[in-house]
Amino acid sequence: MFTEANKKRAVEIVAQYPKAHSAILPLAHLAQDQDGWLSLDAMDEIADYCDTTAADVQGVCSFYTMYKRRPCGNFVVSVCTNVTCLVVGGPEVLEHLEHKYANDNDVFVEEVECLAACGNAPSMQVNYEYHEHLTPESAEQVVEDYKAGRLVARGVSGGAVHA
Amino acid sequence: MSEAVETPARKEVRETLIVSRRVREFPDDAHTFERATSDGAYEIWKEVLRRADVQWIHDEVKASGLRGRGGANFPTAIKWESLPDNGLPRHLVINGDEGEPSTFKDRLLIEGDPHALIEGVCIEAYRIGSHRAFIYLRGEFALGADRIEQAVHDARAAGYVGSNILGSGFDVEIVVHRGAGAYICGEESALIESLEGKRGMPRIKPPLPIHVGLYSEPTVVNNVETVCTIPHILKMGGAQYANLGVNRSTGTRLAAISGHVNNPGVYELEFGMTLRDIIFGIAGGIRGDKQLKFFLPGGASFQWLIASDEHLDQVYDIDDISAKLGTTLGSGAIMVYDEDTDPLLVAWRLAKFYAHESCGKCTPCREGSGWLEKVLYRMSHGQGRPNDMDALLDISAGISPDVMKAPFTQTTICPLGPSPVSAIASLQKYFRAEVEAACAAGVPA
Amino acid sequence: MTTTEPQSTKTTVSVTIDGNTVEAIPGEMLIKVAQENGVYIPRFCWHERMKPVGMCRMCLVEVDGIRGLPPACTMPVAEGMVCHTETPAVKQAQDDILEFLLVNHPLDCPVCDRGGECPLQDTTLAFGPGESRFVEEKRHFEKPIPISNVVLLDRERCIQCARCTRFADEIAGDPLISFVDRGGHTQVLNHPNHPFASYFSGNVVQICPVGALTAKPYRFRARPWDLATVETSCTQCSVQCRGALQSSSNRLVRLLGIDSNAVNHGWLCDKGRYGFEYVHSDDRIREPLLNGAIASWPQALDAAADALRSARDLHGAESIGFIGGARGTNEDAYAWSRLAKGVLGTDNVDAQLGDGLPAELILGVERASIAECDSAAAIVLLAPDLKEALPVLHLRLRRAALDLRVPLIDFSCAPHGLSSEVTHALAAAPGEQGARAEQLVAAVNGASSDGVIAAAAATMKARAGTIVVVLGRANLAERSDATVQAVAALAQLPNVKFLSALRRGNVHGALEAGLAPGILPGRVTIEYRDAVAAKWSAIPEAPGLDTEAMLRAALEGKIKALVLIGADPIADFPDRALAEAAVRAVPTVIAIDGFHNESTQRAKVVLPATMFGEKSGTITNLEGRIQRVNQKVSPDGLAMDDWRIASELAFRLGHDFDLETVDEVTNELVSVAPALAGGSAQLFRSARDGVRIPVAQHHAEVQLRKGLGLTLDGPDGVSWEPIKVEAEITVESVPENGNTQDAFALLRWDGGSVRVDLPGRDAYALRLIGSVSLYDHGSAVSESPSLVGLRTVPKLLVAAADLQRLGVPNGTEVHVASANGAFNIVVQAIKGLQPGVAQLAAGSGNAANALIDAAAVVNDVRVETIR
Ligand SMILES: Cc1cc2nc3c(=O)[nH]c(=O)nc-3n(C[C@H](O)[C@H](O)[C@H](O)COP(=O)(O)O)c2cc1C
Ligand code: SF4
Ligand code: FES
Repeated sequence: MFTEANKKRAVEIVAQYPKAHSAILPLAHLAQDQDGWLSLDAMDEIADYCDTTAADVQGVCSFYTMYKRRPCGNFVVSVCTNVTCLVVGGPEVLEHLEHKYANDNDVFVEEVECLAACGNAPSMQVNYEYHEHLTPESAEQVVEDYKAGRLVARGVSGGAVHA
Repeated sequence: MSEAVETPARKEVRETLIVSRRVREFPDDAHTFERATSDGAYEIWKEVLRRADVQWIHDEVKASGLRGRGGANFPTAIKWESLPDNGLPRHLVINGDEGEPSTFKDRLLIEGDPHALIEGVCIEAYRIGSHRAFIYLRGEFALGADRIEQAVHDARAAGYVGSNILGSGFDVEIVVHRGAGAYICGEESALIESLEGKRGMPRIKPPLPIHVGLYSEPTVVNNVETVCTIPHILKMGGAQYANLGVNRSTGTRLAAISGHVNNPGVYELEFGMTLRDIIFGIAGGIRGDKQLKFFLPGGASFQWLIASDEHLDQVYDIDDISAKLGTTLGSGAIMVYDEDTDPLLVAWRLAKFYAHESCGKCTPCREGSGWLEKVLYRMSHGQGRPNDMDALLDISAGISPDVMKAPFTQTTICPLGPSPVSAIASLQKYFRAEVEAACAAGVPA
Repeated sequence: MTTTEPQSTKTTVSVTIDGNTVEAIPGEMLIKVAQENGVYIPRFCWHERMKPVGMCRMCLVEVDGIRGLPPACTMPVAEGMVCHTETPAVKQAQDDILEFLLVNHPLDCPVCDRGGECPLQDTTLAFGPGESRFVEEKRHFEKPIPISNVVLLDRERCIQCARCTRFADEIAGDPLISFVDRGGHTQVLNHPNHPFASYFSGNVVQICPVGALTAKPYRFRARPWDLATVETSCTQCSVQCRGALQSSSNRLVRLLGIDSNAVNHGWLCDKGRYGFEYVHSDDRIREPLLNGAIASWPQALDAAADALRSARDLHGAESIGFIGGARGTNEDAYAWSRLAKGVLGTDNVDAQLGDGLPAELILGVERASIAECDSAAAIVLLAPDLKEALPVLHLRLRRAALDLRVPLIDFSCAPHGLSSEVTHALAAAPGEQGARAEQLVAAVNGASSDGVIAAAAATMKARAGTIVVVLGRANLAERSDATVQAVAALAQLPNVKFLSALRRGNVHGALEAGLAPGILPGRVTIEYRDAVAAKWSAIPEAPGLDTEAMLRAALEGKIKALVLIGADPIADFPDRALAEAAVRAVPTVIAIDGFHNESTQRAKVVLPATMFGEKSGTITNLEGRIQRVNQKVSPDGLAMDDWRIASELAFRLGHDFDLETVDEVTNELVSVAPALAGGSAQLFRSARDGVRIPVAQHHAEVQLRKGLGLTLDGPDGVSWEPIKVEAEITVESVPENGNTQDAFALLRWDGGSVRVDLPGRDAYALRLIGSVSLYDHGSAVSESPSLVGLRTVPKLLVAAADLQRLGVPNGTEVHVASANGAFNIVVQAIKGLQPGVAQLAAGSGNAANALIDAAAVVNDVRVETIR
């Protein structure tokens, strides 16, 4: 369920578009930032705002890889292994982090497609904040810095930076 | 296609900063309202409103020869001319989905110079008579979204965006819309579906978005770089802009150079340099004193080139490269690989990308890309089989009948389907022997 | 391109397909034009009744001047187009697409319901490659998962054609399934919190080109090669959709929709598709019963005849009543009509159960056809929720509104299936339809008005064409008077026609056959007695009683024998208290039925009747279209056709009907019924889309089928494609026996002069709407295993504002009371319901019937919290 503040925000978002259906993606980002993932119930709620069915919202949101349909902790770590990162150490960063955080419920490590940061590859994002020029060790350090609060994370959908 | 193109004059090996000047000059704060406006942002927008002359905008952009920087190279002014006059509202949609592998030039503008984008949006909206523009950013551009939203906010506060702008009676609202992780939403009709809150699956064409687009209304979709260029064209004059570049490739474009070069990054290049100039001059050559093995001159979707003189002497010209070498400058990405790179691995990773990003609508793309990926995975991971290369060619033929032909024959709704076939054709063309050797050495299952 | 003819005079374009030049309508898709000219282009995603998506790429062709291979299903034909469907490049592409489709397909054909009739199998045989070269691991999903009570989904078999998801969204308007995930992982799925609970879910099973969607009722019941098929019409409601009825080992196993442009576009609702199951229910009445004990047919018939004779002899013919007959065929109805009126001489006969409209109105207004809605100037809804009452008509009107942009003008004050498509909502409260209609008509005629009335009037005048009024009983909790008053007003509109929305299966056939007081067969009143005089020995002098009047007479002890022809007045008459007391008060009840119900419990004699699929004959739908139903299985137990039962009773009463076959009954009906003049059993059998009545006026529309049988093979005959029945000859002229001069005698409704005096409403009362629901508690639903779980649990629906005003929490149990009855029920707030009104479904235990006083103009209820 959206919080009262997010309910207000949701109404504002819907009002930006000529058709409420257009607000499905932004509302899914909003719900995911609030809950840390996109739950079945959130889809139901979004369907009401956007004048459609929950099946439709599920169909739409599942098309997009940023929406997580199970809880993934506070930190989404997205490591690029596409064709530039591939040849300069991206897969090694991924493997290291996957191994390191395999049992850490607060850190969700995923392999992603090109993040448009190839000039400084290998690259990753933590909650959609860029970190570039990585090595396996420096990448781990970045994640640890977030966990320790030395770096401030966005919402898990890359929503506004937390206060 | 195969029209004869005049051999262009060689250009000096240096950057020409037009759209990227502000962000390159003020890398730390070009995105702020203060810096941007003190550097001249919105001056042309004010001029447009003062002149109140739509035709002027049109004529200058037409004279400039500006072609879309999203990859399809379509002349921007001609697109405007196709807008139907049917009384329906018109929409302007900015394509900031930048998801093509190793393409990172729009991000520079989105994060670095949002006011330039907004100024371009306002002017283009004015030209086409649109009152609501959507900036569609790929979802992963969280910082970019923050910056653009802040910039819209500041511009609105200053009266450059909103209703009755600077007393002109003209209104335009700008909505920043974030995607959520789907490369195909860069394709304009998929992007429109996504903006309508749907799965980003490309539409059947015709009708084109310019006729039946967002909410079934006429819609202009333009790339970020394209839009950012418009104010500069008005400032310097279309003819002046057209003096830059070669042939029908006028002006400059942002090239994103990555891979095994000494100086990867985004460079603003006047059309007309050679690829050798770009890789070895601009990007500083291959790092670690290695040899160049192959490179992708226009993003991930088109055929590759190798370290031959023919390829390296090719001029950076949209039509010339396609006529001579059957590839394109696509999204402006140049990916460079050194002598140690396994082309099979790159081909596999590209196939994996296309399989992951296929929207799933067309059978050949949905099933073919996955199949290619599975075979290439084996091949690039030591489990190749002797006839695998032929299998790849066969599967490719099912996706795009004339595998080796460029541009590809399309049996799918959008060009994503045949894109992985470019990599297979490139393997066949340049690396067949190497691939066969690798597969022969592999463990047959 | 140079054309000699000016473009404007030519309405078709010339297209060359594989060397043959044909004429086609511009803009039609190439795949369809080719098919209509005998060239079958293989396809999976394209379906003629849905918008093209071009997903499967199976239909790739070559078109001169176009690069690559465009899909024929998204390629509109244009003048001079030259297309090739059999070139090596096309063949290669077909091979490739099929190979791709099989890459992730499980090939579990031996255990698949579709095995043997699978389009993917068939297309692979006809167009596909040999072996697959795919040696990698296939995609895996959990094997069949239920997505609703009746539909199972096997995602491994799915080939992502989007037919099901498009049907659910575009056609049914129930987007409860959609594609989930992306690319090679794409699957069809419902949202886990919401099953695919669509009234139309069975259609997705029919149009799925593989075995991904299967129907629980049919799963593993039969293999296609064991099936025998007849063409028939569904009798669950008065739309009477065309269908192909299939059996295996003398059991009905499946009903498929047949594409009839006139009627159903190939769709069926789930009640129609699965409701045949009740035919084989264990609860069927299989033997005649006398005083509750099994009896022989002669014993039971003798007892029934004796009761009828003695009632007539001792108390006069008017002491006998007949209620029902809307569930049988026209032949059944005719035989009952002849027995009641022509043998016994009673006119107390009514096929309606007090839940319809006066027969002379339904028979006497100018009738519209279903297809006329597609091009109407406007459609006026003066009817119950069509999604609940007449589901496939609902689909047709939804399409008219959404795709064909026909404006809808709605009288309803309650939300319904088409609410979101309504152009002008007149929102007439119970009892106020007449006044509202009069305002509307005045506005159309130029009287000044404002607001929605003015807007609706402007819309009606803005478009050329017929105004179609869909006419039914929207509210069982008010007398029909306000509706009659509204019809009288609307009949004054120019170019107006009426489409009846009475819902019982063959109610229109029954009324046309004379099962209504004052009516004789063939849309005439009893004054027009000459036609039947030759066959019938007695004809009532004056109009008799309708169902309500019969029930009141029964209460007064005036009805001595009551014949229930497939009718259960206790459950179905809107006023339960009246019906229950009345049925109890009748000394002898004779019931002809397939199942026991509350009313048959009171019967002295119960005679088992044949049901759907067990008998043949003709039926008449709501637009007056006569179509065939055909027998597929032999009757269960000792059940007999109604018309035979009626003949047997007549014989025992001294009248030999001399009818041996059902065709003889049809022909006798035709010979006495002016509206059927020009028809014949032979014509009704061979007319592909049936024949509308008056037959003489509709001869030109008749298309004769090529063969009488229906085969379901061949590329365009398999079930997943719109099943079409080939037809050729058009009957131009009225045949010799056409009795056209009788047409003058056809009943014309005179408009009546009903005025409704509405009682005032007190602030604490809510005015009741008694509504219908598709999954009611009738035997078709209750006795069909696939449907019984779907029966609606009635709730009292109220506007949120009223709940607040009355201080009743949403979702709680409340006490609802009227002058007639009271009970506890859960109350629910719904959007779109007019304040001051409460809606409750009729037709089951604690339902509207228990609150309604049939004599009241409107019924008010009070709602109180329970403490
Ligand atoms: C698969 C695919 C992906 C694309 N991605 C992008 C993209 O990320 N950004 C972009 O500007 N154009 C992209 N395009 C091109 C757009 O469809 C469209 O041509 C462009 O936005 C038009 O703008 P322009 O005329 O300014 O180039 C893509 C096209 C395809 C087929
Ligand atoms: S080619 Fe691929 S990405 Fe493009 S529409 Fe078809 S399935 Fe989707
Ligand atoms: S039938 Fe044409 S693409 Fe599927």
